[in-house]
Amino acid sequence: MIYLDNSATTKPHPEVVKSFHHVSERFFPNPSSIHQLGGEAEQLLIAAKGQAAELLDVQQSEVIFTSGGTEGNNLAIKGIALQYRQRGKHIIISEVEHPSVYEACQSLEELGFEITYLPVNQDGKVSINDVEASIREDTILISIMHVNNETGTIQPIEAIGSIARRYPKLFFHVDAVQGFGKVPLQIQNWGIDLCTISGHKLHGMKGTGLLYVRDGIKLFPLFHGGQQENGKRAGTENLPGIISLVKAMRLIKEREMSDSDKLQALGQALRCGLDKLHTVRINTPQNGAAPHIMNFSVPGFKPEVIIHALGEKDIFISTKSACSSKRMNGSRILEAAGLSEVLSRSALRVSMSYDTTIDEVNAFLRAIETAIYQLKDVMR
Amino acid sequence: METIYLDHAATTPIDPAVIEAMLPLMSDVFGNPSSVHSYGRKARQSLDEARRTIAQRIHAHEKEVTFTSGGTEADNLALIGTALANKDRGKHIITTVQEHHATLHTAEYLEREGFEVTYLPVDENGVIKVEDVREALTAETILVSVMYVNNETGTIQPIQEIGDLLKEHQAYFHTDAVQAFGLLEIDVKKMGIDLLTATAHKINGPKGIGLLYAGKHVKLQPLAYGGEQERKRRPGTENVANVVGFQKAVELRTNKEAEYRNLYQAYKELFIQTLQEEGIAFEVNGKLENTIPSIINISFPHMNVESLLVNFDLNGVAASSGSACTAGSIEPSHVLVAMYGANNERTKNAVRFSFGSANTKENVKEAAERVAGIVKRMMKNR
Ligand SMILES: Cc1ncc(COP(=O)(O)O)c(C=O)c1O
Ligand SMILES: Cc1ncc(COP(=O)(O)O)c(C=O)c1O
Repeated sequence: MIYLDNSATTKPHPEVVKSFHHVSERFFPNPSSIHQLGGEAEQLLIAAKGQAAELLDVQQSEVIFTSGGTEGNNLAIKGIALQYRQRGKHIIISEVEHPSVYEACQSLEELGFEITYLPVNQDGKVSINDVEASIREDTILISIMHVNNETGTIQPIEAIGSIARRYPKLFFHVDAVQGFGKVPLQIQNWGIDLCTISGHKLHGMKGTGLLYVRDGIKLFPLFHGGQQENGKRAGTENLPGIISLVKAMRLIKEREMSDSDKLQALGQALRCGLDKLHTVRINTPQNGAAPHIMNFSVPGFKPEVIIHALGEKDIFISTKSACSSKRMNGSRILEAAGLSEVLSRSALRVSMSYDTTIDEVNAFLRAIETAIYQLKDVMR
Repeated sequence: METIYLDHAATTPIDPAVIEAMLPLMSDVFGNPSSVHSYGRKARQSLDEARRTIAQRIHAHEKEVTFTSGGTEADNLALIGTALANKDRGKHIITTVQEHHATLHTAEYLEREGFEVTYLPVDENGVIKVEDVREALTAETILVSVMYVNNETGTIQPIQEIGDLLKEHQAYFHTDAVQAFGLLEIDVKKMGIDLLTATAHKINGPKGIGLLYAGKHVKLQPLAYGGEQERKRRPGTENVANVVGFQKAVELRTNKEAEYRNLYQAYKELFIQTLQEEGIAFEVNGKLENTIPSIINISFPHMNVESLLVNFDLNGVAASSGSACTAGSIEPSHVLVAMYGANNERTKNAVRFSFGSANTKENVKEAAERVAGIVKRMMKNR
């Protein structure tokens, strides 16, 4: 089996599963219970928060555990918008944000918020001049993703952060779901106020995630109820999930230290191999993209057919992002980068992990070459 | 000394069989259910099957079950989701003063958003009157939310009767069944329930997974936006392992509700009997016959809940006050205040004991003896 769909979800690391298993058995009580058993669970929760904070180089009080990236993004965006609507009702995002940012903002339009959707260039990148130019007196939030989930494009977060810093009335949110552990991000130094991470994209478990919220920022809650997570996120804490998330974060940070070059090399090998197939057009930019994501089009071929042909050989890749892959239309992301409908509709995505090997990349390249060759007559 | 856990209403130990059921979803079947390849399809199959199994338990159609991150999210989705989607039909909501904070605080939020909320009282047994619901209903009422079983006293509410009453009315009927699900048989169709909340960690399932049942006819606006998962009612990559764990927890109780009830009822009776035999003074809050077997709420006259809990804890009995605690200090329970008034002593000396899988007859009896011993000692030192 060659699994090259790591942007959709990753296989949980055995150590992560072990953590989950251990905590489930050993620390089941509710951290809010005031008895000693509850106290032990609470201590563990606090320790986990401390470790997560250390890995992110932020304060412990700035970490909020969530049920995943979608909740994190919604909590950040709706939380800021509803809490600070007296200050202003203008929000800036890009055309290529994940639906959990994009559609959260669309829902705010119905509440009278005004959203600026920044365009991207052919590399899928926003221009920092555009960011600066669209800031207004009533702008309260800029939300730009770190690494795009379809193309791997890296946005100029550091530069946007330094602009945002000059406008103390607005907040800067970064969706770091695809980049964490693969592409460096400095929350503190880059002026990031809120940052979303999801566990299942980094060999953690589904249904786990965290939102960094800089100290002093209030968030209107997405869920009302108990006082968990500093009153920012009600609901009994998923302690086994939380511990497993922190484990996954630590493990991927270690891989980032030791195996970044390897992943980079794999990305290059993949690009070279695809480049040689003259029916293929690579959509992920050569420079300024994450090493693990490669988006390409095979014009004239239905992506589903190629995916199926590869699946027969136990090789798994995807079309655009998993959560919208049932829709048959083209990709909003690729069209924003100026791709024609033909290219956008025939786009495929390979996404690797630190465990991917050069042999797997080569096997994939051979398989797709064969598939294109064999399908040519059928498709044309 | 081994600690005896009597706090199952707060959360329960996960069943080893539940963990076993979840593990394959983290190794072989780890795909994203939205992926079109076989890894995704296998995950989708597991998800669908779990949804079917769980839906059947409450006699719902699988399409009517939305998985959430827990009971709190499901309560929020039920209230905010129906209020915002149905405000063209009216802006009045009925609930009760003794709901869980996940409902109460959400209702308070909706008030700030311009909805009118009626909070029905409860009698001294902690039960709401169906008559009160009838009187509170107006042509503008769009939602009635009444919890099935109160989490502090275990009192069972007249859900069937309210359901019957509302069949003739436009208002949806939501019940927070977190403390009832898995112990009482529930038939949403027969009972006239339009929306229902449940959570897995109260029935020996995993934490971080719950559900909202919402009948096909229910108009609901999501709390969050993003992907197309859960028919857009609850976007985000589905937590397949947890859903399968939830399924397993449900299966372990399927057709065994009565067995569990009898077992926990026996624990409860043994606990009371032991306290009586020990000759200490106590009063049961709520009418015993009308409480769920797993929960009992007891006041100890002349005592103070904080020192009771501290001493129980030191002597290896893990119980709770049943009220939300903020930074270690215990606020008077809003449920007991609703039953007895703010100045009644019972609101300040009540402890919730809740039974479940961590118990045996032996440790329940042992716990009652420890409790009695502590109370006697505290009485002497008063
Ligand atoms: C960039 C990005 N943001 C947010 C999400 C949502 O994360 P989750 O699936 O944990 O809800 C995803 C993945 O689907 C993503 O790729
Ligand atoms: C009656 C009731 N409703 C809702 C909840 C909240 O459920 P969860 O902890 O899964 O968010 C609880 C438990 O805490 C409860 O007892």
